[in-house]
Amino acid sequence: MIIKTQSKVICTHCGLDVPSGLIQPERKNQFCCGGCEGAFALISGSGLESFYAIADQKSLQESVLERVVEDSEFCEFNEPVFYEKFVCEFTNGSREVDLSIDGVHCGACVWLIEKLPSILPGVENATVNWPRRTVRVRWKNAIVSISVIAETLHRLGYRPHPIHVGENQLRERKQNRQHLTQIGIAAACAGNNMILSAALYFGMFSHMTAGMSQLMRIASCVVGVFALLGPGQTFLRSALNAVRTWTPHMDLPIALGLSVGTLAGLINVIRGAGEIYFDSLSVLIFLLLIGRWIQFRQQNKAANAIELLYRLTPAKTRKMIDGHAQATLVDLVQPNDVLEIRPGDVVPVDGTVVDGSTRIDEAVLTGESQPVLKLAGASVMAGTINTDSKILVKTQSIGRTTRLGKIVDLVEQASLDKPAVVLWANRIGGYFVLTVIALAAITLACWWHIDAETAVERTIALLIVACPCALALATPLAIAVALGRSAGKKVMVKGGDVLQSLQSPGTIWLDKTGTLTEGNLKVERWFGDTMRADVVAALEQASSHPIASALVDFANDCWSPKKDQSLSTPNHTVGDFRCLVEKAVEYRGLGIKGTVGGRTVLVGNRQLLTDQGVTPSKHQQRIAETIADGGLSPCWISMDNVVVAVVAIGDSIRPEASAAITSLRHRGWKIGVLSGDHQSVVDRVAQRLQIPSNLAMGEMSPEEKLAVIKKQPDNATVIMVGDGVNDSAALAAASVGIAVKNGAEASLAAANVYLAEPGLNPILRLFAISDSTAKTMQVNLAVSLAYNITFAALAFFGFINPLVAAILMPISSLTVVALSLRAGNSDSINVMQS
Amino acid sequence: MSVLYIAIPMALVIALIAVIAFVLQVRSGQYDDLETPAQRMLFDDHDQEETETR
Repeated sequence: MIIKTQSKVICTHCGLDVPSGLIQPERKNQFCCGGCEGAFALISGSGLESFYAIADQKSLQESVLERVVEDSEFCEFNEPVFYEKFVCEFTNGSREVDLSIDGVHCGACVWLIEKLPSILPGVENATVNWPRRTVRVRWKNAIVSISVIAETLHRLGYRPHPIHVGENQLRERKQNRQHLTQIGIAAACAGNNMILSAALYFGMFSHMTAGMSQLMRIASCVVGVFALLGPGQTFLRSALNAVRTWTPHMDLPIALGLSVGTLAGLINVIRGAGEIYFDSLSVLIFLLLIGRWIQFRQQNKAANAIELLYRLTPAKTRKMIDGHAQATLVDLVQPNDVLEIRPGDVVPVDGTVVDGSTRIDEAVLTGESQPVLKLAGASVMAGTINTDSKILVKTQSIGRTTRLGKIVDLVEQASLDKPAVVLWANRIGGYFVLTVIALAAITLACWWHIDAETAVERTIALLIVACPCALALATPLAIAVALGRSAGKKVMVKGGDVLQSLQSPGTIWLDKTGTLTEGNLKVERWFGDTMRADVVAALEQASSHPIASALVDFANDCWSPKKDQSLSTPNHTVGDFRCLVEKAVEYRGLGIKGTVGGRTVLVGNRQLLTDQGVTPSKHQQRIAETIADGGLSPCWISMDNVVVAVVAIGDSIRPEASAAITSLRHRGWKIGVLSGDHQSVVDRVAQRLQIPSNLAMGEMSPEEKLAVIKKQPDNATVIMVGDGVNDSAALAAASVGIAVKNGAEASLAAANVYLAEPGLNPILRLFAISDSTAKTMQVNLAVSLAYNITFAALAFFGFINPLVAAILMPISSLTVVALSLRAGNSDSINVMQS
Repeated sequence: MSVLYIAIPMALVIALIAVIAFVLQVRSGQYDDLETPAQRMLFDDHDQEETETR
């Protein structure tokens, strides 16, 4: 939480304002908190000050703000179990471990972490994998221990966790390597074949001897066949599958062209006469494979959803042994173990509270925006955050059997069940192959009675030139350009099918918090004397209810901003109010009562007033009704049994929400709300945004959300916009899942689209990008079809000779490339405007 | 020009060796992470110079 202060002193490490209480005028370097001071000392102590010259301070600030209150001891990393599970030992005595790290934002972070050997003697090297946010550390166990390494990383601002390498990751790595191997081989074949064919073309004019020409043809044939049977196999196999399952797609005509071309070339080489097409075929294989790899990378960009969900639970916890809490790894916890969970900790297991009471933030699982009070006997769930005070929890289930684990299973299942979107190009692929075969048959029939040999020759020529190289390139290229462009506009799209799905309107389900509303409670209006705000704030200090912090914030805003505010504590001090608070009593679900400066103050709902025998005036009741009609909650404030103010409190709706929803409606989409929040809250938001009540659903569990998404008819497009883990199953199941900034990482991985900007505007931008991509794709398809028809006609009349083919085939592909890139430049302006 | 009868097959063999080398590199994991090396090279030498000029 950043609080505006008047002071101009900024933190040397992160650049945030330094709270006035921490300013030390005599010192050159100022720090906003102990963490920054420690990080600075460590960095400058190791002679690495140049970090600050290259670091992006904005991202440092983020990592400081994300810094969770947690003990920075990592002694459990030294346990034998940890070594057994995660550490790999080498014969020369050094050891290696992969750690996942939080807070790596830019190249400077990579630089700093890889400087670990110069910070800590004994560390041999540290290699960061940025996309995965992991570091591989190799160290000498005799000199330094892994817990010290982990602690140092933590002090630098990068919290380490051990990694469980999942099966999906291994599979993805294997697939990536396969793609790269294929591309490499295809590239070598294409390059060499181009050289050989250049020699052949020049040979046509410079009277190359027949023997030499035959040598070139044989060499070209060898390379071409190698390309087809090696990397080109992908297309042959996929075409075979297409025939088997009777689902024609683009690979079918490609495979047909490739195999007919290779076969005809092979025969012509053996005959020693006729055209060979190996150069075009090799280059085609290479280009198509690149397109495929780009798509593969996009789809796998965000790390695996399941891996990320496990990162939501901490790797370690504190177990009660003989009345003392001892740090241990969560993996070692058994059912019935009692764990100590301190404020700020993430609950690692499902269990029941056996001692203490606290408020738990369950937003991650339920979407409930306000922390829930948990008394002894209440159940707590893994992944939720303890916000208030220390509790002891008796473990019931761990890992996959927790509620969080079950959500993981749901996400996994939902993403498997998701119906695949058939791209336009693949849809027309079927018609295309039929047309080509029909044309070939006609050619054969027409020329057969004139001359059988000419007939076969022209039919083969037609089959080869009709190979839709431009057509096959058109779609992936348009998509690749669109994906790159949208990333520049803070919209990350994982696959081209998303852009296509957005073209057929259906239903958009929005998660309320974060998308439609600002996400935290705020005082919207204060009816009455704001001079009382300080008294109210002083009383509300005692409470950690969200309404209390909204009131304290309000008091801070309207009173002098010169107060001492420390960044590290969310409950700021209101010391300047000089109010004496006595006997503050909190009534759960009602409000708070206390004596401030000798006057009895009540802050709460209508029920509290009635209970305490306070009656508001008619006028004040009318105000309260107006507030409730406006979708906000009234909060009453009374002093000495007289109501002095009525405050409108609410989660305010984003300013652009209304306009954005209208514009989405114009496009033919139905808008609905699917939230874990209370029905009454959802109803209020829906009412203000004119969303019909049958589409405004509150109090939805992750399973219910998933059911709503699945209930939609098969062919209708369903978009889910959400941010929490509770949305992740629904995100995975929807035709298009859109995750919003600040959402849980797991939801990002389950979604197809990630918006790096909060609110609804990026969604509109996504639609604009989808529109322009659809247009580009259609133009590309039209152009490449026109080329193919021209080729087919030329082949039919026997005009295709090597020269014509050599000129026309690359031109068709180049036209498509140029069109796609031009679309990338020109319509970016339109997108910006909308 | 008859040297080409040997030179071309040899060139193809050399290309094959290069391809095999590439495949081995991919298998060893050199191409698994294509983003971090790009970041790494931005800062490394820069640091050396700076500390020296100070």
